[in-house]
Amino acid sequence: MMDYNVDGDGVATITWNVSNRPMNVMNVETMTAYAAAVEKAVDDENVKGVIIASAHKEFLVGADLSVMGDGDASMLEEFMRVLHGIFRRMEKGGKPFVAAINGHALGGGYEICLACHHRIAADDPKIKIGLPEAKIGLLPGGGGTQRLPRMIGMQQALPLMLEGKELAPKAALNMGMVDEMVPASELLAAAKAWVLGDGQKTKVQPWDKKSFKMPGGAVQSPMGQQAFAAGNAMLHQRTYGNYPAQRNIMSSVFEGCQVDIDTGLTIEIRYLIATATTPECKNMIRLFFAITEAGKGAGRPKDIPIATLTKVGVLGAGMMGAGIAYVTAMAGLDVVLLDMQQAGADKGKAHAEDLIKKRVSRRRMDKDKGEATLARIHATTDFAELAGCELVIEAVFEDRAIKADVTQKTLAVTGDGITFASNTSTLPITGLAGASSRPDNFIGLHFFSPVDRMPLVEIIMGKETGDGALAVAIDYVKAIRKTPIVVNDSRGFYTSRVFGTYVREGLALLADGVAPALIENAGKMAGMPVGPLAMADEVSIDLMYKIGKQTQEDMGDDYIAVPGDDLVQKLVEDLGRLGRKTAKGFYDYPEKGDKRLWPGLADLCPPAAEQPSVEDVKMRLMYIQSIETARCMEEGVVTEKRDADVGSIMGWGFPPFRGGVLSLVDTIGIEDFVAECDRLAQAHGARFSPPKLLRDMAAKGEGFYGKAA
Amino acid sequence: MADAYIFDHVRTPRGKGRSSGALHSVTPIELASTALRAIRDRNDLDTANVEDVMLGCVAPVGEQGADIARVAVINSDYAESTAGAQVNRFCASGLEAVNIAAGQIMSGQSDMAIGGGVESMSRVPMGSDGGAWPTDPAVAFRSYFVPQGISADLVATKYGFSRDDVDSYAVESQKRAQRSWEEGRFKDAVVPVVDINGTTVLDHDEHMRPETDMQSLASLEPAFINHGEQFGFNSVAIQRYPEIEKIEHVHHAGNSSGIVDGASAMLLGTKEMGEKLGLTPRARIRSFASIGSEPTIMLTGPSLAAEKALKRAGMEKGDIDLWELNEAFAAVVLRFMQALDIDHDEINVCGGAIAMGHPLGATGAMILGTVLDELERTGQSTALATLCVGAGMGTATIIERL
Repeated sequence: MMDYNVDGDGVATITWNVSNRPMNVMNVETMTAYAAAVEKAVDDENVKGVIIASAHKEFLVGADLSVMGDGDASMLEEFMRVLHGIFRRMEKGGKPFVAAINGHALGGGYEICLACHHRIAADDPKIKIGLPEAKIGLLPGGGGTQRLPRMIGMQQALPLMLEGKELAPKAALNMGMVDEMVPASELLAAAKAWVLGDGQKTKVQPWDKKSFKMPGGAVQSPMGQQAFAAGNAMLHQRTYGNYPAQRNIMSSVFEGCQVDIDTGLTIEIRYLIATATTPECKNMIRLFFAITEAGKGAGRPKDIPIATLTKVGVLGAGMMGAGIAYVTAMAGLDVVLLDMQQAGADKGKAHAEDLIKKRVSRRRMDKDKGEATLARIHATTDFAELAGCELVIEAVFEDRAIKADVTQKTLAVTGDGITFASNTSTLPITGLAGASSRPDNFIGLHFFSPVDRMPLVEIIMGKETGDGALAVAIDYVKAIRKTPIVVNDSRGFYTSRVFGTYVREGLALLADGVAPALIENAGKMAGMPVGPLAMADEVSIDLMYKIGKQTQEDMGDDYIAVPGDDLVQKLVEDLGRLGRKTAKGFYDYPEKGDKRLWPGLADLCPPAAEQPSVEDVKMRLMYIQSIETARCMEEGVVTEKRDADVGSIMGWGFPPFRGGVLSLVDTIGIEDFVAECDRLAQAHGARFSPPKLLRDMAAKGEGFYGKAA
Repeated sequence: MADAYIFDHVRTPRGKGRSSGALHSVTPIELASTALRAIRDRNDLDTANVEDVMLGCVAPVGEQGADIARVAVINSDYAESTAGAQVNRFCASGLEAVNIAAGQIMSGQSDMAIGGGVESMSRVPMGSDGGAWPTDPAVAFRSYFVPQGISADLVATKYGFSRDDVDSYAVESQKRAQRSWEEGRFKDAVVPVVDINGTTVLDHDEHMRPETDMQSLASLEPAFINHGEQFGFNSVAIQRYPEIEKIEHVHHAGNSSGIVDGASAMLLGTKEMGEKLGLTPRARIRSFASIGSEPTIMLTGPSLAAEKALKRAGMEKGDIDLWELNEAFAAVVLRFMQALDIDHDEINVCGGAIAMGHPLGATGAMILGTVLDELERTGQSTALATLCVGAGMGTATIIERL
């Protein structure tokens, strides 16, 4: 687990070699072994200095989340105190320590490097170095908030920690996060050379010297004051105060860097515990695991062999089709991109070309590989070219007849043994599958726009869709490095259906006389990427009108009207305000400058004299999404909580600090949530009425993820 | 309870608060001493009777640090027995110093005291004293800190004052200040600052631009756009006031208070002490008050402070003949007039800090003195002086001419 070796020149090497975990991680067991090795080296008169190394591909990837103590703060505190004791022993033991960074050094794995007197990284651009804790709602608590600012200055260190950046060795060297970069094969030799050379004059950390000054200026300097005043506001702007980890990182640096390092570390522990015990942190850690699981294809039928896809057909070279062709080619698959007109097909391919050129110009791809990728896309109008495709995805116009036509034309060429997928976002899959002679091979693959950037694919099971098609769909989504969730057929499936409630609740608020700015700000303050009215403009109001009308027709008496329905009709039919595409919607879009709320809204929906609090508005906008998701669970549209939460975060930008649309319910507490919903239903309509699923859960006091804490 | 009477007040002229300003060569301790010596000499005062000197100072560091009031007492050759304390109520420090002095007298713990203030903004810049509010992340987040300029623009946005509204107000302030100087309304209050050789350094308010008109103001860029947009402060303000879509930036150097150097002092005491020393009481303190209110919008405290002081005095709005509100930003005065329904003819009749400048620690006592002089000049009876104050406070004082 922890190899220890002293060579003939008196250089000790402690090599991390954890065998009972997939990676080198810090936990009680490994840190105990590490501490013993450090003691041994420090106590050994013959040892002149110590190299910290790894026998794994990675250097050290931080703490095992088990040390978080599952909410038990005293366990975490104890672990951190022991860890700080070991790190201080390295720093003050009188012997130079050097980190030989051969692979990823992340979180605690980089913090151990900070406690060394010198850091050397292998010159390998794949290596990631940094403190990514904030990404899962945590704070770098192994001395990161204290040592990194003392090493490279607060203004450099803060963004790295607030954004959880992971840097390649070269960038880390430029930032001063590592001191040297050498070819991988020379790493240990370079470390040894440093120990016997400069290391013999570098046995004390800069921050342990009396003469220490914060690089770049102290907290209480004019520079420091300006940096914090602006930094606080910019962080507040970015996070709306929803992310305690970021705020606590700021505080830990601000308070801890005004005092000596030991007091600073004590302050850091306080903030670590304060952060780790927040619901936000727990939500983000759960989400992290959920996304990882979903990304591995957790919903895949186990006993079906992995499909090796080589050739994929994409029908329709519009924005979605072109995007699908691009991500498929990027995954190394051949693509037949088919459109009615050759010019259309070529335009779709040109979109992929643009994206590839951009990557090449940003040096994220070399030119040859870019050309090879583009060459994989074959633009055509000829269905015969689809021969040999294992999977064909249609992204043609949302019209049942057209979709049926291309389905049949395709299967005539490929045979009906292939998997046929529809990228529809509105039409039920079961109906579309009727066009196929093998509805069990017909499945929905709902991509999000823009395809190249959106990480989620919603896989929709028609009534007759079989496990074989599901397995192929998941294997394909994994191949294009996106995250699949699996849902059952229903109007709007899962993501569009629930997301729609956010936008429609925004309209309902407007119809209720709530000031438009208050609605929009409440949406953003709740953590949504944009306000509901701005979102309506993006989606386009006439599309909402069309979908709404269709829904009303289809549902008949079951349709629950929302106060904003009339408003949409008026905007589309009387006023011609269709949204962003016409530069007129809920907002005006001037040619110059930012969009502004259309002043005419005040006549359409006169603001009420008494306005609700922003908290009430936030509640309506967010709770309605959770309620609709619970209905989806109840109806069996979504069967996995994981998929519901992951889909909400990656599909429509539900705020990560909430952990997802179902986690929100647990954060509020199931009983409180149901009581609030009843109150909202009474005040605003039956759409807030909690489904039976929630009532039953509340009766048992059980949330989606276990008993309420 | 005893009454506190005002016997006299003085102020220095206000010099531009930058290196080219006339008072930049004069130390803040000399500015304060100028005011203290003047009030002693022109009243033939035996300073052994002055029990305490309260001086406002908002950046009490460096040469303004370490209790500048007591050091000014010593430097002005006052009696050793005169104590001194520096007061910080941000922009209302000078008025708060007067109120504390009055409070000592009214509570029977002192017979004579001086309240005033000093600020050399050219030598000890605003913000030199740091502070937790903007910088400490826990504090800044909890309280939605934004700088005052953003608050001023927030006031204008929320209460509907356009760029034209605030600029018109500024033009009028310049006109009134010029007329007041021309008519000699300040001549009794202003004591020239002289150098160590007795040569006059400055004898008039240096910051005024009487030629200001709407056109010249229109050419000025709003001052707080960058702060608001680039450093996130607009967003912070909107998170506190989510009914607002966008902060309209209307304030600039021409419709905000000028950064200047200056000092002030006001002599207060009991009736008996006045009689003993042969001093004529000029006004009586009717009441004073300070309040706290929402700190992000920060600058709407004066109406609340005024209402509280009126209530304390058992008075109503209609009982006040003249109003004086520090012109920190034009929108602050416009909002005050809107909130209390006050006519522009009754407020800041001699101009204010937009024209003449706002030496932070000193202004409060200056404007109270100005409005007292104006009561005497016009024969009116009551006045209320107030200032908006950082972090959402407000301070007000009501006086009655004798």
